[in-house]
Amino acid sequence: MAQIVIDTANHIAGYAAKAARAKVVAAYPITPQTTIVEKIAEFVESGEMEAEYIRVESEHSAMAACIGAAAAGVRTFTATSAHGLALMHEALHWASGARLPIVMVVVNRAMGAPWSIWPDFSDSLSQRDTGWLQFYCADNQEVFDTIIQAYRLCEDERVFLPAMVCLEGFLLSHTYMPVQIHNQNEIDDFLPPYKSGWTLDVNNPVTHANLVSPEWYMEFRYMIQEAMENAKRLIPEIDMEYGRRFGFQYGGLVDKYQCENADLIICTMGTIGCEAKVAVDNLRKNGLKVGAARIRVYRPFPVEEIRKLALQARIIATIDRHISFGMEGFLASEVKASLYHMEDKPLIAGFIAGLGGRDVTFKTIEGIAQKSLKWLERGRVEKETEWIDLRE
Amino acid sequence: MVSIKELPREEYLLKGHAACAGCGPSIALRLLFKALGNKVFLVVPACCTTVIQGPYPYTSFAVPLQNMLFEATGATASGIAAALRIRGLEDITVVGWAGDGGTVDIGIQALSGAAERETNFIYICYDNEAYGNTGLQRSGATPYGAWTTTTPTGKKERKKNMPFIMAAHKIPYVATACPSYPTDFVNKLRKAKEIKGTKYIHVLAPCPTGWRYDSSKTVEIGRLAVQTGIWALYEIENGKFRLNFPSDRLVDKAKRKPIKEYLSMQERFRHLTEAEIEKIQMWIDEDWEYYRKLASSEACV
Ligand SMILES: Cc1ncc(C[n+]2csc(CCOP(=O)(O)OP(=O)(O)O)c2C)c(N)n1
Ligand code: SF4
Ligand SMILES: [Mg+2]
Repeated sequence: MAQIVIDTANHIAGYAAKAARAKVVAAYPITPQTTIVEKIAEFVESGEMEAEYIRVESEHSAMAACIGAAAAGVRTFTATSAHGLALMHEALHWASGARLPIVMVVVNRAMGAPWSIWPDFSDSLSQRDTGWLQFYCADNQEVFDTIIQAYRLCEDERVFLPAMVCLEGFLLSHTYMPVQIHNQNEIDDFLPPYKSGWTLDVNNPVTHANLVSPEWYMEFRYMIQEAMENAKRLIPEIDMEYGRRFGFQYGGLVDKYQCENADLIICTMGTIGCEAKVAVDNLRKNGLKVGAARIRVYRPFPVEEIRKLALQARIIATIDRHISFGMEGFLASEVKASLYHMEDKPLIAGFIAGLGGRDVTFKTIEGIAQKSLKWLERGRVEKETEWIDLRE
Repeated sequence: MVSIKELPREEYLLKGHAACAGCGPSIALRLLFKALGNKVFLVVPACCTTVIQGPYPYTSFAVPLQNMLFEATGATASGIAAALRIRGLEDITVVGWAGDGGTVDIGIQALSGAAERETNFIYICYDNEAYGNTGLQRSGATPYGAWTTTTPTGKKERKKNMPFIMAAHKIPYVATACPSYPTDFVNKLRKAKEIKGTKYIHVLAPCPTGWRYDSSKTVEIGRLAVQTGIWALYEIENGKFRLNFPSDRLVDKAKRKPIKEYLSMQERFRHLTEAEIEKIQMWIDEDWEYYRKLASSEACV
């Protein structure tokens, strides 16, 4: 029987790791991720979850232990935030290079210095190029569902890559919402036992990941790129099947809202996407043709979907909870890059908002929309990157 | 106890591996497989062994091997051991095989964590007293006075005592070894295999390329290290310290060869002054006084 629980996204992530039957969990505590590992410790100690929980001494070791366990043939789970994720960086490359289908929750938190425990995407977006799939969630139900979907995707032989399921610290991690925990048999049916491309095996003594000369290295990289392309195809299929089975569905790569015949599309990630929907409703009431597109999957980047949206929109406003210093937000850059080859491109306005946990409400977004529409009227974007709510 | 004649004939370190001629670590590696057989999962971080195994798509290892990040051997082994426990495959021996740099320097945290968590595996530090892979820079295990490429006038600090650091973790088994004493090493590996928990074996493995001696002299250099007492063969079993043959015969200073015999065979010590050699001799004698006390006492390390 499905069950409704009212709980935080962190605890829900623990429920999802249990429901996915992860067999080895290795994690190290960091705010605001801590309550995930606490929940899992509870599940394991009470016997509700049949898993080995390795209380490692650092995040680098957490990822290394997941790599070892995945290589030795079991499903693995870990979770971290900000500085923990940064400390893992080297091991993230190793996990994807070794094609191990590890699933990790990243509870998004701003990077120091100065210390901040509040959310932005500077932690996970700094890991953009590590070869991990990246999902961004907008509510607690989506956290549960995306973790289950991520395992199914990562363990597909056309993919065999690790995935990050990202959720914003406090905004989701510590916020209570009702969530449906689906029937375990049905989850088992959707998510078969662990599968990976290779396993350490005494009967087949293979040397894994030894030195590769320039004659071979590029082919290994190309295969990862192919796997990313395959994932891009598979994500909407898996999301649709999931929707049929469980009644929850998220638009595949991009969660689109009122985008048909919209002049302006507000392009976001994470919880800002929820606020954007409220803003769209309000703006539409005033007769403004506005829609919202929440990028749910950042890697692989949904280039084709962005192009489709751009066919009808006259301006796209990107809201980045992130800044690539010396340039702009990644979302702005990648939306622009996606559209470069189009003949008739919409204008693109880049906004930076919500760094280090600053509130981004529907009102903030309505302001962004008004400004964008004004620029549309004038026929040009007057500021390449606009910082929102910046103190004078 | 095995004798050398009883060692299995099977070879799991295959011909054509890429070690330098006379490489001490590769002798130790061959013995490792002979002692443990091929029902092992091996974790190897960045080190000379990364090169010794040979490049893709070849390998000179006939056991399943996971290459891993330089500092992550202990943690990776923890993950493998956990997976094997869950899968009910605990008859497979998990072995971490790392250099001195990967052990006493960059990998000490992951190793310490794995030991504290009582990870069920054998960790072997093969100690060639420098970073061989990257061209012989100093490590925390480089001895006082030794030339390396980053200590061109000789290292000014003493060698880190890693076996005792591991003993301080209260793990069930710590031992030292040297490939010049193959049966001692093999017996220690066999013993370690039967013990549950973290087992640590520190192997002094002479390196002709780094230590600057003729590649035909590796076994002799290893013997001299033991005979002069700069390297002692011992075990610390559940905290109890015991010297092994032939080190157990060398407690009396008169039985030990002067350290000069060992130092003068290696170019890396060429520049040492008499005063420095004397200082090294004095430190060795102090170490042995400590070993004598430990071996004769009931107290645990
Ligand atoms: C994080 C990181 N830093 C540095 C290196 C470069 N590196 C590879 S092997 C090595 C030295 C290995 O020394 P040791 O552990 O003593 O093994 P040996 O090469 O002597 O066998 C270094 C510095 C690396 N691979 N990873
Ligand atoms: S440098 Fe030394 S340890 Fe490394 S392969 Fe050569 S002889 Fe062996
Ligand atoms: Mg070394």
